[in-house]
Amino acid sequence: MDPLARASAADRLMEANRTGIPIAPLSESHSGMTIDDAYAIQLLQVDALQAQGRSVRGHKVGLTNSRVQAQLGVNQPDYGHLLDDYFYPEHLPIPVVRFLQPRIEPEIAFVLRAPLSGPGVTVVQALAAVDYVLPALEIVDSRIDDWRITIVDTIADNASSGALVLGSKPTLVSELDLRLAGCALFQNGSVAATGAGGAVLGSPVNALVWLANTLGALGIALQPGHVVLTGAVTPMVGVGPGDTITASFTGLGSVTARFTQETT
Amino acid sequence: MACEAERRDREPFTDEWLDLDLATGYAIQDHNLRRRLDRGERLVGVKLGLTSRAKQQRMGVYTPFVAWLTDAMALPAGDPIPQHKLIHPRVEPEIVFVMGERLAGPGVTAARAMAAVETVRAGVEIIDSRYRNFRFAAPDVVADNASSAAFVTGPIGLPPSELDLSLEATVIEVNGEVVDTATGAAVQGHPGEALALAANDLATRGHAIEAGQIVLTGGMTDAVSALPEASIACHFTNLGSVFLNGGKRDSDRRDNPS
Repeated sequence: MDPLARASAADRLMEANRTGIPIAPLSESHSGMTIDDAYAIQLLQVDALQAQGRSVRGHKVGLTNSRVQAQLGVNQPDYGHLLDDYFYPEHLPIPVVRFLQPRIEPEIAFVLRAPLSGPGVTVVQALAAVDYVLPALEIVDSRIDDWRITIVDTIADNASSGALVLGSKPTLVSELDLRLAGCALFQNGSVAATGAGGAVLGSPVNALVWLANTLGALGIALQPGHVVLTGAVTPMVGVGPGDTITASFTGLGSVTARFTQETT
Repeated sequence: MACEAERRDREPFTDEWLDLDLATGYAIQDHNLRRRLDRGERLVGVKLGLTSRAKQQRMGVYTPFVAWLTDAMALPAGDPIPQHKLIHPRVEPEIVFVMGERLAGPGVTAARAMAAVETVRAGVEIIDSRYRNFRFAAPDVVADNASSAAFVTGPIGLPPSELDLSLEATVIEVNGEVVDTATGAAVQGHPGEALALAANDLATRGHAIEAGQIVLTGGMTDAVSALPEASIACHFTNLGSVFLNGGKRDSDRRDNPS
């Protein structure tokens, strides 16, 4: 795609976010669209939002589950940016109208204490850069009609990120085996899904390693205080107004998101 | 029983026997248990089937049910999957209870049920439906002793008071790749609910769960094909790991001693 086509695609996605009206998959109108095109389109939007005063507070890693990768026909994760207005406090109402077609997934979040930049980051450097771990719920959303996404559609759309809720009890990464940390996702009191950290690239730490090395190749370092969402521990669940969602983790405590119809 | 002995599958009874109901299914199950006991097998406990949503959706059967376990089904840890006896085995990770007290319904609650449990173990069940392609209705699978074939229990036994079983997770790996994950909450909300369900269901047919018996509470994840070349590991948060050799590599080693 030429620069003009990339800029136009970025504009259309931002417009979809403003109007709440999803667009047709970009991959349908741009059959030759590459992963590089998609990340360039994502960055154009992040740059535009930063120019409006918003700031980047971390990253998300997506497509970290082998079954989800198989569904999209890919064998790699992807990443998106977490902006400051994506963060909702636990238990305070989240207006559903902010989203187009929201779904939710429980994740393990890392908060960094040191810069982390690839290439060449190993599990050892990644673990050393983690300040603490928080339980998290990511609200994923798609600006693409009916979630008809290919890998390039979701990457261009900020890896289908929407918002997140972090738990408030930090746990040291040395205190638990993240791979075997279980998670039960409750929707209005009923078990909606269960899983364990191993569902995320074998271990959530692998998602951090991948992110640091992938961003490092672009000359970008992960920053102290930044949040890294490592990817879904269970399959995602659709949410609507009135829903109360809790993710409860072995050794990490729980985090709750509450959704309302109201706009405030 | 004939299908199991001759290692062949068949179409479900309900295809031709339209009024086969659950009660008749259990009568067939009990009849075949008596035949197992008559040939010298010992009753060691019970298993539950289809207690998780993942399993119910896969099978299109939405009622959990109970079946019998005998000592002949216990596979020693480290032994390969006995492919030569099986038709199309699948494996599933489970939470296993060893009973410290007799548990008899009706009216058993999850709290009462857990109070009767002495230790909790990890387990892996090898299921092997005698129906072609695992296609069956509820009465068929009940008659088939809930697809029972073999089971392995894990290395650690913990008192139930030390575990939050709704968050006890399993990560199932085939040839080193994570294929699925789940926690005990996938099993009827909590494996203790499955245990209560078993006690209450057995009581309707005049049975109880005896002290010393084991209870397999049902697959936490969807079942995974146990191919001969597969090396399977189920890792649990606090209950250790269970490893299973699909059988092929083991026989290779025996065929080629070095």
